[in-house]
Parts: sequence; C-alpha cells; structure tokens
Amino acid sequence: MSSAHVTPVRTYVLVFLALLVLTGVTYLVALQDFGWMNTPIAMGVALLKAGLVVMIFMGLRYNTPLTKVVAIAGLFWLLILFGLTLNDYLTRGWLGVPGR
Amino acid sequence: MSNAVQPRNSYLDAPYGVAAWLLTKDHKRIAILYLISITLFFAVGGMFAAGIRMELLTPRGDLWTPDLYNKLFTLHGVVMVFFFLIPSIPAVLGNFLMPIMCGAKDLAFPRINLLSWYIYLLGATVTLAAVFNGGLDTGWTFYTPYSSVSSQTSVTTAAVGVFITGFSSILTGLNFIVTVHRMRAPGLTWFRLPLFVWAIYATSLVMILGTPVIAITVLLVGAERALHLGFFDPARGGDPVLFQHLFWFYSHPAVYIMILPGMGVISELVAAMSRKQVFGYSFVAFSSLAIAILGFLVWGHHLFVSSQSIYAGLVFSIISMLVAIPSAVKTFNWTATMYKGSVSWESPTWWVVGFMGLFTIGGLTGLFLATIGLDIHLTDTYFVVAHFHYIMVGGAIMAYMGGLHFWWPKMTGKLYSEGAAKTSAVLVFVGFNLTFFPQFLLGYMGMPRRYQAYPDEFQVLNVLSSAGAGVLFLGYVLPAFYLTYSIFKGAQSPANPWGATGLEWTIASPPPTFNFDEEVIVTEPAYNYKPTREVHVG
Amino acid sequence: MANPHEHALPAAGLTHTPGHDAAHAHEHNPNLQHHFYSMEQQLEASTLGMWVFLVTEIMFFGGMFMVYIVYRIAYPEAWVHGSNHLKVSLGALNTGVLICSSLTMALAVRAAQIGSRRGQVLNLLLTIVLGTVFLVVKYFEYAEKFELHLVPGPDFNSTGVIPLANDPTHQQLFFSIYFMLTGVHAAHMIVGIVLMMVILVMAMRGRFDSSYYTPVEISGLYWHFVDIVWIFLFPLLYLLGAHLGAHGG
Repeated sequence: MSSAHVTPVRTYVLVFLALLVLTGVTYLVALQDFGWMNTPIAMGVALLKAGLVVMIFMGLRYNTPLTKVVAIAGLFWLLILFGLTLNDYLTRGWLGVPGR
Repeated sequence: MSNAVQPRNSYLDAPYGVAAWLLTKDHKRIAILYLISITLFFAVGGMFAAGIRMELLTPRGDLWTPDLYNKLFTLHGVVMVFFFLIPSIPAVLGNFLMPIMCGAKDLAFPRINLLSWYIYLLGATVTLAAVFNGGLDTGWTFYTPYSSVSSQTSVTTAAVGVFITGFSSILTGLNFIVTVHRMRAPGLTWFRLPLFVWAIYATSLVMILGTPVIAITVLLVGAERALHLGFFDPARGGDPVLFQHLFWFYSHPAVYIMILPGMGVISELVAAMSRKQVFGYSFVAFSSLAIAILGFLVWGHHLFVSSQSIYAGLVFSIISMLVAIPSAVKTFNWTATMYKGSVSWESPTWWVVGFMGLFTIGGLTGLFLATIGLDIHLTDTYFVVAHFHYIMVGGAIMAYMGGLHFWWPKMTGKLYSEGAAKTSAVLVFVGFNLTFFPQFLLGYMGMPRRYQAYPDEFQVLNVLSSAGAGVLFLGYVLPAFYLTYSIFKGAQSPANPWGATGLEWTIASPPPTFNFDEEVIVTEPAYNYKPTREVHVG
Repeated sequence: MANPHEHALPAAGLTHTPGHDAAHAHEHNPNLQHHFYSMEQQLEASTLGMWVFLVTEIMFFGGMFMVYIVYRIAYPEAWVHGSNHLKVSLGALNTGVLICSSLTMALAVRAAQIGSRRGQVLNLLLTIVLGTVFLVVKYFEYAEKFELHLVPGPDFNSTGVIPLANDPTHQQLFFSIYFMLTGVHAAHMIVGIVLMMVILVMAMRGRFDSSYYTPVEISGLYWHFVDIVWIFLFPLLYLLGAHLGAHGG
C-alpha cells in the first residue's frame, strides 16, 4: 500500500517515553493541592496523553480528514451528554421556583 | 427499459438452500431475513396492543389483573420500539436499497451485516425469555428505582435483551455510514444521491451516537438489580432523575431513528408518484442532518415534571420548538413537489398522502407538549400516547408500508393487487384515526396513560378507540395476504413498473446477486424526470 | 469526503484504481473482498468503520463517566474518601503496563506494514502478556476489596472499615461506579486479549504483509482505545485524595 504511512520506531518510543513521563506528572501533580484546579489539571494531562495515543499510536495524524471528523464528533457528542445533563444539575434553584 | 421476463439468476434463486440464506452475505437476502423477523415481532407487539384495547372497552379493570395490564403495555412498547420500529425501514428497505442507490455491489461490511441480524435474533430471544419468565411491568421506559429495585418481573433479562439488540442497530448504522462515504460509484456526488440515502445516513448517525448510551444505561439498571450496585436507588444515595437523563439521551433521538427513514421513503415516493424533481432537494437533504443533530439536544422535554431545573427545562423547550422546523421544511417541500406534478394515484401514493396528514398532526401536537406550561397538564396522559402514535404509526408505519409496496416489485419481481393495496391503505388510515384521535381528547380531558381503569364519562371515546384498533388490525393483516399471494401468483414485474428514476429501477426485478453487471457511472442528478419518459404500470 | 474516483472519470466500463501503476481488474490481491475495487479502499473503509465503532465506545463509557461526574459533584468528600481506599501504586503500575502494551501494539502493526513476521509475532505476544498482567493486577485489587467488605451490596462496610463520619452511603455509590467502570473496562481488555490471540495466530501463519494488514491495524485501534479509557480512569478513580496523603498505598 504505497500511500500508507509507516511511522519510524523512534517516534513510537519517544511517544511511549512521553506517556510514561506524563503519567509521573499526573501522580506528582496529584500530590499537590491546587484547590479547584486539581481536576482541570489532571484532565488536561490525561487529554494530552490521550491525544498522543490517538495521533501517533493510532495514526490519526495520517488518516483522512473524514476519519478525524469522526473522532472529533465522538468527543463532541460526549460533551453534549455531559453539558446538557449538567445544565440541569448545576442550575437547580437558579430561577427561584421552589423545588426546581 | 421494460423487461417482462423473470431473470433466471436473481438474488432470490442462486445459491439455493436454507444454509445459503442463513449464511448469506448478500445485503438483499439479509433485508428479506429482517423483513420476516420484524413482521413476526409486529404481530407480537400488535397482540399486546389488542390486550390493552380490549381491557379499555370498559371503565373497570375487569379483563386482566392490574399486574398483567402493566405487563401488556410495557411489552407492547418494548417490542414495537426495539424489535419493530427501530429496525424496520433501515434493516429492510435500507439494507436492500442502500448499496444499489450508491451504485455498489454490497454494503461495506457484508459479514457484519449478517452478524447484525443474528444479534437482533439473539436479543429478541433473550427478551422473549423475559416475556415468558415473569414478563416486564416497568413500562418501556424502565424508570428507576422501580425497575432497578422493586419490580418482581424479569427486568434484568429484558435489560440484557435490549442491550444485545442495541448492537444490531449500531452495526447497521456503522455499515451504512461507511458505505455512503466510501462506496459511492464514480460521478455519484453527495448531491446526486437519492434523498432516501441522506435520510438513512442521518439515521445512522443517530444510531451510532445514541444507542451506546441506552446500552450502558440498561446495563447499569441490570447491575443495580443483579449485583446490588447502587446508581439510581435513592435509598443508597442514587438519583432516579439521572436515569431519566441517560435513558432519554438515547430514547429521544431514537424517535428520530424511527421517523427519519420514513421521511426518506416519502421523498422517494413523492418524486416518483409526481414524476417530478423534489422541490428544494438540498433543503430536504440538509433537513435530515438537522433533525439528526438537533434531536440530540432536546431530551429534557421528557423530564419537565421530574424535578429537573426550570432553567434546563427552558433550554430544552426552546430547542424542541426548533427541531420542528426541519420537519416542516420537508413537509412543505413534499407538498410543493406534488403541486403541479403529474401525480399518479397508484397505491404508494395513498400511503404517502396518509403519511402527510397524520405526520403533520403528530408533529404539531409535539409542539403542544414542548410548551412547558401545557406539558404539565398533558404529560403522562393519553394526549402523549396519541401524539407519538400519530408519528410512529400514522407516520413511520405508513411510510414503511408505502415503501414496502413501492419497492415490492423490485424486491420480489412480482406485482401485487392494486385494489387490495388501496383498500388496505384506506382501512389503515380510517382505523388509525378512529383509534388515536379520540385519545387526544381523552388526554386533554385528563385520562392518564398506563391506567387500566378510567371514569365512566371516558367510555365512549375509549370504545371508539378500541373499535378503530379493530379496523387498523384488518388494514395491517390484509397486506400479509395479498403481498404473500403476489409472491406465488402475482404477475411478473418489469424492471421499472412505476417509471421512476433511480439506480434501483435500472436493474432487473428482482436484481442479480451483485446488483450491477457493469460498473456504474453516474452523470445525472437524482429525480431527473423528463416529460417524454415512458411509463409502464403493472 | 472525496470520492477516490472523482479525479479520474473513466471511460464507460473501465475500472480505474488510483495510486497503482499496473493494477487491473484481473490482478486482484487474494485478500481483496469482491465489493471493494482496491486494497486501499478496503483498508480505508475498514479503518473508518473501526473509528465509527470507537465513537460508539466513547459514548458507551461516556454514560458511566456521566454517572461518575454527577455524583462526584454531589458528594465530593465521599469521592475523596472512596478514592483513598484504592492503591495508587497498583493503579500506576497498571497505567504503565497499558502504556507499554500500546507501544508493543503500535510496533506490531508497524511490523505487519513492513512485512516482518518476527516483529508481528514478538510484539503481539508482548501485548497479550502485558494485557494479562493488567488483568492479574486487577484481580488482586478486586480480591482485596472483597476482603475489606468494600463491595456494594448488603455486605458493604459490614466490618465498619468506613467510619460513619466518612459517609459510607455515598462511598457505596463511589464503589458502585468504581466496579462498573473498571469492570466494563476489564471486560473490554478480555475481548482485546482474545482478539490479539486470533491476530497472533494469523500472524504466525504469515497472513499479513505490506499489502494486507487491515485486521492488525483495526485491532490495534481497539486496543489503543481501551488504553485511553484507562488513562482517564487512573486519575479519576485513584488520585482524588492523593494530596491528602491518606492513600492505601
């Protein structure tokens, strides 16, 4: 398959090492208390790790634009689920109607 | 273009034998397998409906025990939604037509297509096991904590059955998406595709994005019951409203899984029966996508009275109003297509006209329910029941029947009796309105849904409704006879009995196994009707 | 959404496969399924199909994450206390194991791409071993929960390991979602390992080479996805109370 991209071993190993380092970062950062920032930081690092796996290990970087749209759509739909559900839970009592 | 001779090697003939059918990879054979299965489940669901309507002839709950009545309406819902409506058009007409309409030899993943049918059967078997082993009395909506803690019926088994069946849906949708993106013939750009393909594509998006959420939700309910894990049980700190959010996140888009394919069928039938390009083709195409996407943003309108925050209710209410717009666009455009078209009144047209009237009523009454103030009074009454039956039965099933009739000659190579078909369409239309219009009135007057008994003053309307159900039953049973009869004794169909455009009408009726003998190259837009086209009517 | 044929509209009846010099209709790769016109189309369609499936997996796990989020917002302390009962060292070990397995998986796909049978077999074997290590560690973690009576149900906290002040009712919720999330994840790992065993057998028989390695590629995508889920589970389940220093280890 002349058009398929073969990633060099070096790239894979570098990403692997980065993932291990980032896991260490996750742990060390968790030992500190950044207050409300704890979760965003932890999720940010996790997203970075996930991004590396997706782009390099899964090769999304070299896939067609359509495949990338599919992956992003999945993430987006997850955010719809989270967003509109939390839109209920976090707004209870906003409009001053008893019990709602 | 007329070919009166039955081709000797259609997909129906070769290869022979039961094994050849049960191990087939041919999308057309799989469509027929699905056709038989879902028809069986339509009958099962209809049986449960008969039980309900018989009870409701009298105000007292005197025919069945309350527990049995609960099981009847629950199983009617579960069977009709999961085992008939959701698969119907996609698995039968979609499977048969999508590859042909894309100019391909088969779907992208033929073996996965067959797998989806077996998964459907497995899920159906497990669910039937639940039916025969204590039944299910939670309502098709499985609300917690009754379903996850207290109900004494086979909830876990049913939950597993629904879980399994969901994968059939997912695999079907996956197949369609990849097929439309990667298997279109040369020259077949997106805007030359039939609108049926757009509709099925949009439906597939919904199947992919929504079904997994109900899968995990029923799994959570099953885990709560069987493994004592607590998610939705208030006694253990859980929140029943969370279940409702998760359940409706799928189940609202699910109603679009049920209606979008129907709309796709109507687009095809309207164009063919009017001998005219669909008015506003791209608007209709984009409206399918708009419905699919907006449909994911409105689920909270099922939670207006659940203690959901009013602010969230406002958001969901407004978006629910918006989602009516693309449906209206379609309805206007179909009407505009028929206007000054050369409309022929063969049987498919009768189903189309029935659809347009009934779907409009169903859709408009949805707006009543989307208005929070009105919904407080109408929710959980027969108004809701009437609303969704107008869309699901008056809309989706009429579209399915219309499509089945329109493509029957293509699928079987036989012509059915037009007179019988028209009779059936009239019986269904009359029976349907008689059954469900009184229910709007009943709901408005306050009769709650899922109740076995009701005040005496509601009896007249209930009797009308049950009588209508009897007529409806006749309307649905009739095709079972004349369509089956046509297979054995019907006249041979030419390749294009309706004189319609579309790749499926350029190949034999029934088609050969690999659809096209030569490579397909498309150079014309869809619905390229010309005034001098020859018409052959069976 | 480019139709691969669009740039080369062939004369009527001629099949034209872009990207190949001399591939004509009668020179099919034996691995080419009849409804595809080229190996490239077949690989692209299969890859797209697997990504569509992974989107369904995102939404599937997403439902459980939704449950996690809602209850964490409602009962933050119970979540921290619950998390403290989990052993960070084991969670971190498992994270490392899965990251290694992702590396070996990627190398296995690469080996198939360049036609190295040895590379495929070695790396697939390593992937399977690492996946199994993950499951073994998980088993020990679960066993410990059973011993401590931290499994939701009538027996939960029957030994009082959770003091009343630490909100055992809502910690039971935490453990419910912990078992659900990690249990469903473990089930996916099991499926992945079985899948890899099948691919390994096929690889040993020399089924894959640079012209056909689709099954390895798409199985790899599945494997990486399961790894990504764990990448999120680790901080969300194990590290909530790490800054309080009261972890089980």
